[in-house]
This record gives sequence, structure tokens and C-alpha cells, in this order.
Amino acid sequence: MDMSPLAAGAFSKLLERATGQELLAARRWRIETALGPVLKAEGLDSLDQLATRLGRAEEGRLIQDVVEALLNHETSFFRDIAAFRSFADEALPAIAERRIDTRRLRIWSAGCSTGQEAYSLAIQLHRATERWQDWDVSILATDVSPQAISRAREGLYGQLEIQRGLPIGDMLGWFEPEAESWRAKMELRRTIAFAVHNLMEAAPAGRFDIVLCRNVLLYFPIATRRSVLDRIAQSMAPDGLLFLGAGETVLGQSDAFEADRELRGFYRLKGWQAAQD
Amino acid sequence: MKTCLVVDDSKVIRKVARHILEALDFTVAEAGDGQEALTHCTTMVPPDVILLDWNMPVMSGIEFLRALGEAELPRRPKVVFCTTENGSAHIRAAIEAGADEYVMKPFDRDTIESKLQIVGVA
Ligand SMILES: C[S@@+](CC[C@H](N)C(=O)[O-])C[C@H]1O[C@@H](n2cnc3c(N)ncnc32)[C@H](O)[C@@H]1O
Repeated sequence: MDMSPLAAGAFSKLLERATGQELLAARRWRIETALGPVLKAEGLDSLDQLATRLGRAEEGRLIQDVVEALLNHETSFFRDIAAFRSFADEALPAIAERRIDTRRLRIWSAGCSTGQEAYSLAIQLHRATERWQDWDVSILATDVSPQAISRAREGLYGQLEIQRGLPIGDMLGWFEPEAESWRAKMELRRTIAFAVHNLMEAAPAGRFDIVLCRNVLLYFPIATRRSVLDRIAQSMAPDGLLFLGAGETVLGQSDAFEADRELRGFYRLKGWQAAQD
Repeated sequence: MKTCLVVDDSKVIRKVARHILEALDFTVAEAGDGQEALTHCTTMVPPDVILLDWNMPVMSGIEFLRALGEAELPRRPKVVFCTTENGSAHIRAAIEAGADEYVMKPFDRDTIESKLQIVGVA
């Protein structure tokens, strides 16, 4: 299938306008695979035709479909197992200690894709259920993609998805078989509020104690990363913790955060650590 | 390098598993049924981890697992079941018999890798 540079440019502009994401030239080959189903559904022969239609007015739904198709929703339960372990073993207990008076914990999973990240968090909290008894713990999980959010809400995962990263004991404990798939139990689903939210817009209301923004920033151009991180910073409690993906950093991309002195992969609002000395 | 024993009566599955495991830097040995696997574990250095099928001739995976529990070994390998038996009753039985993890076939590379990480060998 051939695509003119003009069409490629049109698709990447569309994606960037809707989500802030950059479609790097090196990854443009993905466009063809990703948009194949959209072409088919619209009965179009080429990406150029699709691009032309997008240029016309009143193609809101089509634009939305194209944006959805271009998003990368790759995820898994407990993605980066070591990071999730230090989160549960070190980060969570430390935060719990600082919140012992209010017994309130607010967590935001930003760019949660189809929900595995949020369910992993919920499972970790349930594992230490004695600690959180009579606490008010909330998990807000958001993504720019309405499709991803509706899948996350359903909590229904196919056999390959359910096995990726999820320990078998947790699968048995927290999911129920449904045809060839597994569905998160109500008990687990009701601990998470899923919502559509675009990181290009103001952060959801709340002072979050923990924000996860994992494997999302890497798709943004540097300037966008900076503004997204600024908005996240404004949504956090002064002693809040930011949890990025393995291999992601704030270094050189944000003036709001600095690396946690002890926990690798975790970040603090700048100045907070020094003020504790 | 970590070692893995792949126990499956299907040559094709053993080959697929070997391919995945070698790409993850494992040294791989194979056995075609539970009895062969038991001989391997009791006469040679036991592997770090065993990928274990359920339904096999001579000795099934679950029988092997129980026998392994009774054998005196210098160290106990981690055991990851890898089977088309994907009902919760089978999974529970496997865990009760001492399995550390469970993979429902068909699997892919990511599944195997993540389960090996969960049991702490990858
Ligand atoms: C590769 S997934 C990562 C999912 C999960 N956090 C993880 O680490 O496995 C990236 C997600 O970010 C979402 N995303 C991209 N741009 C976004 C934006 N502007 N606002 C919110 N979410 C966005 C995508 O829809 C996708 O689901």
C-alpha cells in the first residue's frame, strides 16, 4: 500500500492535535498496519483517499477512529515486575506512614490503557489489606482513548492478556473465567474509577499522593513532555510520588520533578527532599 | 546461564519453547514425559526451572510434580505448568501439587518471559 508523504503528514498532524503524540518518521510504517482496518471499514482503497476524506469537514467520527487506530495501547499487568515490587515494598509503606493521620490515599494512573496497570495497583493494595483497612483509598485511572477506557471498565481479558505479568494466584483470586476470557471480580473493579482524560488538558481535580504515568511520555515531543509533567506536578500533594516507566526519566524534561533519592524510577516534586533534610 | 527443562510429549511444542527460552538466554534440556523428566532431575543437576505439560503418556505432569516433591534433590526447581488444561479446577490442583506458575496454551514469548520473571528465574 502506498502513502504519499502528504498523507503521512496529515495522519501525524491529526494524532498530535488530538493527543499531543508525535508519530516519529521511523515509526510511520506502523500507520499502514494500524489504519488497515479503518480503510476496510470505510471501503477505501488507499491511505491517500483516507487522508483526503479527513481533510474534509464533518468527519468527526472518522477522525476519532483514525486517532484510536494510531494509538499504541500496549500494556501488561505489573509491567516491569521489579519496579512494581519496589513500589509495593518501599514506596507504598513510606507513603502510608506519612498519611497515618488522614488515612487517605489518592492514586492516579494516567495513560492507563486497557486497565492492567490500575488492576495491578488494586491487587497490590488488596494484598496488604490489613494496612489499608479503614483507609479511604481511591484509584483514578484515565486514558485519552474512549475504547481503552471502556475495555478497562469491563475488566475482561483474553487468555494472552491475562497471563502477561499476572501471577497465577492473583488470576484465580481476582478474576473469573468467562468463555475464553477472564473478568475482574466486582470487588476489584469497584476500587477503580475509570475515566476518559487527555493529558493535554488540565489534570483531574484532586491532590494525588501517587501518580503513575508509565510508557506514555515517550510518545510526546520534549516540549509536550514538559507541559504534561508541569500539569501532573500541579495535581500532586507536596510529598507525592511520580512513578514512570522503566527507562523513562524527567531529567532534562521537567523543572518540576527530580529523581527520588532512594527509589529508582520514582520522582519527587523538586525541593521537597531537600526540605526534609 | 539458567537452565530449563521442557517437558512435553509434543516435539513441536518443545521446539517452540526451546526457541523462546534460548532467546532469553536459557540452556534448554527436553523430556518427552514425566518419567523422563524425573530421571533427568534425579540423575543430573536439577534445572532452575521446569516448563511442564499436563497430559503426557507414561507419567503425566501432575504425577511428575508429586513425585518431584518426594524426591531428595539438592535444590528444588521452579515449576511452571504449561498446558491446554485451562479451567480453574486444574489450575488449583496444580498449585496444590506445588506448581509455582501456570501458563495456559497457546502461549507466546511475552507470556513465558513474564512467568519466568514472576518465579524469579528471568
Ligand atoms: C503504551 S500505553 C502504556 C499503558 C500503561 N501505562 C503501561 O505502562 O503499560 C500508552 C497509553 O497512553 C495513552 N495516551 C496517549 N496520549 C495520551 C494523552 N494525551 N492523554 C492520555 N493518555 C494518552 C494511550 O492511549 C495509551 O493507552
